[in-house]
Amino acid sequence: MASKIKDTTSDRIFVAAVYIVLGLVALIVLYPLLFVLAASVSDPNAVNAGKVWLLPVGFQLKGYTMVFSSKWVLVGYRNSLFYLLFGTSIDIFVTFTGAYALSRRDIYGRKLLTFFIVFTMWFNGGLIPTFLVVRSLGLVDSPLALVVLGAVSAYNFVICRTFIQNSIPGELQEAARIDGCSDFGLCWRIVFPLSGPVIAILALYYGLGHWNSYFPALMYLNRREWQPLQIFLREILLQNEFVDLEASVDLKSVQELARMTKIMKYSLIVIASFPMLILYPFLQRYFVQGVMIGSLKG
Amino acid sequence: MKTNFSPQAAVRKKSPAKGKGPLFYMARSWRLYVLLAPTVVYLFIFNYIPMYGIQIAFRDFVATKGIIGSPWVGMKHFRYFFSSPQFSSLLVNTIKLSLFSLLWNFPFPILLALMLNEVSCIRYKKFVQNITYMPYFISTVVLVSMLNLFLAQQDGMINQALAALGGAKVDFLGKAAYFRTIYIASGIWQGTGWSSIIYLAALSGVDTQLHEAAQIDGASRIQRMWHINVPCILPTATILFIMSCGQIMNVGYEKVYLMQNSLNLEVSEVISTYVYKTGLLNVKYSYTTAIGLFNNVINVIVLLLVNQLSQKLSETSLF
Repeated sequence: MASKIKDTTSDRIFVAAVYIVLGLVALIVLYPLLFVLAASVSDPNAVNAGKVWLLPVGFQLKGYTMVFSSKWVLVGYRNSLFYLLFGTSIDIFVTFTGAYALSRRDIYGRKLLTFFIVFTMWFNGGLIPTFLVVRSLGLVDSPLALVVLGAVSAYNFVICRTFIQNSIPGELQEAARIDGCSDFGLCWRIVFPLSGPVIAILALYYGLGHWNSYFPALMYLNRREWQPLQIFLREILLQNEFVDLEASVDLKSVQELARMTKIMKYSLIVIASFPMLILYPFLQRYFVQGVMIGSLKG
Repeated sequence: MKTNFSPQAAVRKKSPAKGKGPLFYMARSWRLYVLLAPTVVYLFIFNYIPMYGIQIAFRDFVATKGIIGSPWVGMKHFRYFFSSPQFSSLLVNTIKLSLFSLLWNFPFPILLALMLNEVSCIRYKKFVQNITYMPYFISTVVLVSMLNLFLAQQDGMINQALAALGGAKVDFLGKAAYFRTIYIASGIWQGTGWSSIIYLAALSGVDTQLHEAAQIDGASRIQRMWHINVPCILPTATILFIMSCGQIMNVGYEKVYLMQNSLNLEVSEVISTYVYKTGLLNVKYSYTTAIGLFNNVINVIVLLLVNQLSQKLSETSLF
């Protein structure tokens, strides 16, 4: 607000209060994250005794070496990266081509087709009927299930379509059409390269979904070697089952494992959240735009 | 900028193609249908075929006989569910959990956005924003394990702090009474920053002339916030509220399922977790499909009702 009128004293007090409250909010949000990071590199005894509050006590990386020596954590990491890369690429491809087609006002049956897609936002078959379909397609216990499922979310579809409609100048497509470009060419050679922001948003939403979800894997996968990271995380962090961790490092006894459990868990949390947190600064400037588009109607 | 490309429409205007039916236009832009095909095929298979499969709620589904071959039993499963001892507790748990989290989660993003909007130092604003967005990127499994680690009765960080301050240790995870509070508070921690983005965007669209005029009339910052900013984000808030009402029966079952333990099950068993356990783990397909359908129908009804109500009261509605 570029106002020329000076704030009154009460206004200044109000603004100061806002700054302080926001600082406190940021602190409350950040503290648990910082604590996890500090605890993961601290001395296990200090962590167990509750001596770590903000800064690491007795720096060491044993928790991390332990986690990385676990075969299943690595398998989970590999699988999750696979689902993330292939899943997200397919999601973006399918969503983008579809959204482009429906962004064109001249596609016959546009209203009906849009309704066909948006309807899935409000009504679905439910857990069991969906499971039966996936099973009859032979996707149970197939890694393909985690790649394919969720390829189109109506919400992301609408975001993408709205972006193309509002941000890509129609004249550009018209010019390309006159130069002999087909609809395929328009979609992939003209509109796609100009859709950076919305692709970033789709990548974020779909990627986050693939990396962080565990329920589809719980439902559709039984084979251990295909499980994503989140399943192993649940096993270790929540169910306290350390399938191969006992054997991994030089853990002489049960006591030694009990001593290491906490920092190992904190290290695992850091490692599991790392890929999404490094994506964050790259995609961050598109957040506002993406969420904004999503708020527009239909 | 909002001109939408449609060569066909332009052509149509010049020479109205009389007598040319839909097939003519569809054939001319067949490539667009090819582009749309993957989306339609995907949604058809994974969303519409399951909708067709909902009818097993009215049948006794036997996998070998298929959907159509299974005997029709009408409302049997619904009657069974409504008269089952779990029914009332499931319904109450689901509604309480989602209603309370809706009501608690709703105001915080608005407050955060209103406060951020008062900050004129861009760097400070960006700093607070970036920090509050961060928890959104953490997975449910990680969030729940952080809760378990922090709240553990013996060596959890919170209890260690309580003990250091001379208080008694509290069994946060073992008492059903704490379940909803933990669920909602952690939800606020994780979601407030992210949800505030949309309100910030709405606030950036507020006409500065309104503020200038109010300032000249001697309005304080609080008055301007209340009489200008709040009304300006009210339509956005209404739309978001209606949309969350359409999800009233879908509590975040991923998180609930992970937070469940034998000690808090009396309040943490909700419809969706019950459907998963009974349906998939105990293989009662028809019965749980009926429950799922009941759930879904309530969602749609609530959505339509709230939408109607809001249309009457504030002329803001989803459709």
